[in-house]
Amino acid sequence: MDDTATRAGTEPDYLKVEHSLRSWLLTTDHKRIGILYMISVTGFFFIAGIFALLMRLHLISPEGALFKPETYNRLFTMHGIIMVWFFLIPSIPNVLGNFAIPLMVGARDLAFPKLNLLSWYLFMAGGGLAIVSAALGGVDTGWTFYIPFSSNFSKTHVYWMAAGIFIAGFSSILTALNFIVTIHTMRAPGLTWLRLPLFLWSIYATSVILILATPVLAITLLLIAFERAFQVGIFDPNLGGDPVLFQHLFWFYSHPAVYIMILPAMGWVSEAIACFSRKRIFGYGFVAFSSLAIATFGFLVWAHHMFVAGMSMYGGLVFSVLSFAVAVPSAIKVFNWTATLHKGSISYHTPMLYALGFIGLFTIGGLTGLFVATLAVNVHVHDTYFIVAHFHYIMVGGTALGYLGSIHYWWPKISGKLFPDMWGRLAATVGFIGFNLTFFPQFLLGYLGMNRRYATYAPEFQFLNVLSTAGATILGVGYILPLIYLLWSLRYGKEAGPNPWGATGLEWLTPSPPPKHNFHEVPEVTWGAYNYHDMEAQDGRS
Amino acid sequence: MPEWITWLFPDQASTIAPKVDWLYLALILVTGSVALLIFTLITVYSIRYRRRRIDQRGAHIEGFVPLELFWAVIPFLIFMGIFAWGGVIYYERSSPPKGTIDIYVVGKQWMWKLQHLEGPREINQLHIPAGYPVRLLMTSQDVIHSFYVPAFRIKQDVLPGRYTSQWFQATKPGRYHLFCAEYCGTEHSRMIGTIEVMRQEDFQQWIEAQRATQPMKSSGKEVFARLGCDSCHSSTDTPLGPSLHNVYQRKTSLKGGGSIVADESYLRESILNPADRIVHGYQSTMPTYRGQISDEQLNELIEYIKSLKR
Repeated sequence: MDDTATRAGTEPDYLKVEHSLRSWLLTTDHKRIGILYMISVTGFFFIAGIFALLMRLHLISPEGALFKPETYNRLFTMHGIIMVWFFLIPSIPNVLGNFAIPLMVGARDLAFPKLNLLSWYLFMAGGGLAIVSAALGGVDTGWTFYIPFSSNFSKTHVYWMAAGIFIAGFSSILTALNFIVTIHTMRAPGLTWLRLPLFLWSIYATSVILILATPVLAITLLLIAFERAFQVGIFDPNLGGDPVLFQHLFWFYSHPAVYIMILPAMGWVSEAIACFSRKRIFGYGFVAFSSLAIATFGFLVWAHHMFVAGMSMYGGLVFSVLSFAVAVPSAIKVFNWTATLHKGSISYHTPMLYALGFIGLFTIGGLTGLFVATLAVNVHVHDTYFIVAHFHYIMVGGTALGYLGSIHYWWPKISGKLFPDMWGRLAATVGFIGFNLTFFPQFLLGYLGMNRRYATYAPEFQFLNVLSTAGATILGVGYILPLIYLLWSLRYGKEAGPNPWGATGLEWLTPSPPPKHNFHEVPEVTWGAYNYHDMEAQDGRS
Repeated sequence: MPEWITWLFPDQASTIAPKVDWLYLALILVTGSVALLIFTLITVYSIRYRRRRIDQRGAHIEGFVPLELFWAVIPFLIFMGIFAWGGVIYYERSSPPKGTIDIYVVGKQWMWKLQHLEGPREINQLHIPAGYPVRLLMTSQDVIHSFYVPAFRIKQDVLPGRYTSQWFQATKPGRYHLFCAEYCGTEHSRMIGTIEVMRQEDFQQWIEAQRATQPMKSSGKEVFARLGCDSCHSSTDTPLGPSLHNVYQRKTSLKGGGSIVADESYLRESILNPADRIVHGYQSTMPTYRGQISDEQLNELIEYIKSLKR
């Protein structure tokens, strides 16, 4: 290991190899493409976050404090669309997956480096169209584009937005293809499937979903455009179509999309829990295969979004029971993470705080998933703030926390610098508190009957709304802090060294930042993942 | 339901509301215990197994299969229990009893139009008696809406081009929120109204006072005559068309096999898309009446057809 590190260390790292803008925009280096994604995805996150903050401020008053309803409707639509397709789905796979997968499998790059660059350009083209749509005045259909509102009634820029999402979908498909091929064919000698870090298992499962589900979304978006342009009558009841069919197609993609968002975060949490407990993940095989189980069962539960949509009662019963089944593999993960802590050697660096925060919030998000899988309760809370709270616990508490945590975890490798850990812990704590204050009151609001997508609401809901808005401002601080100190660390941070966390995994065997081709010599693997019991005590921080 | 916990719930004003609330409470209890267990373990482990020496490593533990099976199977069994409990209430919610008071609902951007069989129409407000099962037959003139009464714990999407229905039995007189729950455009949050649950006597008085209007079936009879339905559908079956007497809720054989119970949805479909499912023994000669008849008139026409008895 020392040998590889020293010899590779003599050549310039991937950041210093070339400096021109051209060298970044035409790079095929997976690490640089990861950074391109990091910049763009984080940008989209803040744009959509500002929309959210504006919505929360508006909802301080029952009559709506800031906007006319048509503006508010565009805000929540743009918030949803940009968060879902331009932050949550690409976040961890495209940023950290791109950066870390080749390093973790001991390869010099992804299987198709040029395709990888193309994916980024497709993503930016899609994102660009979404921004154009927003600049022209936005879309007011909700991120779900329900027909016939989005086809025959909305007077906003649906074409632009659908085109943007359509194109970004190809970026997803190509990236997923790249990951699958890389994990299959480019593993270092000796790195068998059951020696793979769990992050790779979950990225693999995610990629399978992306490839199978995204085409359905593309078809559905095309059909919306056809309905709008030519009145085809697939969905329009006045032409003999069925609007509920649209919902089936939409959720056939969009429910698995939830697992696209959460699985990579789960994978990273396994890395972090093992690393900061210095212990092998409890029940490695169960955690690995639960990712595949989630990917499989995730395709069979889409209609639980439609219990009151006009489906038959028996349809409701079937999709309810399947939804409970998909909760089992998620529960298995949480139990195994908790068990991993047992008899560990636990330290509390920033990434670990994010990982523990993830477990807490994902647990609440998952458990409230049981409420909404329960038919009779679902009827009452469907389309209320209970749903909003539930999926934000999964997507913000899960995915966004996982994104922040994994950036902190791999930051020393990405930048070669350490960030100030105290500030990191502070940001993680502030974010955790702000998050709960924002979203926990929404569970109560939802059961009390407050609907989502309401620009105005009944006065009795005001108190909990004000709490939620207060929480959102604190949460905002928790997001801005890392942006500041991470950028600060690029210039002023201490040198990280190859392995500041004392982690296992091939990515920590090469210098930080890694040389352009990752490894001077391809490592040969003779150990399983998370062999903390075999490792020599690492230098670096405790 | 104990008093100190009622702030968690909206008004409980239907027969199904307390059932849903008990299930909700049970869920809070079960999931709360699991969350508490996990959070306690994480906290205890985090303190007890904190790193004390810089080179300290965790114990080498691979896993324990019986434990894995335990925490896969036990949750699964609990999940199935919750599923069944929720399913039973959902079944009840989806199966209206016989002898309901029927109300027709038409949603449009952005108002609720309601009509009693006796004829009175209401907008964004509905008077109903406590203690009687009420069935809502709902359709939309434009986009998808959703009829949601939190105090009754009921909700059902309202779709253009077909009927959906739901039922409830109010238990407590009072005024309750009616919300549109499916996003339907600009004024979605203003597509709200009031359900006024009245004591039986009060409701009788109220509906008597509205008697200036004629019952839906009488208005429907006029529509029936105006559209000339009786030229093919008379009191006995003719080669042109089947009689509509006693057709409601009758099991009818279809051309090309199969059969269907002639409920409101089928009657509606047969007027708007007559060629879709034709009664056995007849030709597809009936034209569509789409565009010639409003949703309200269609509702009245169907009420008239339902009233046809031999």
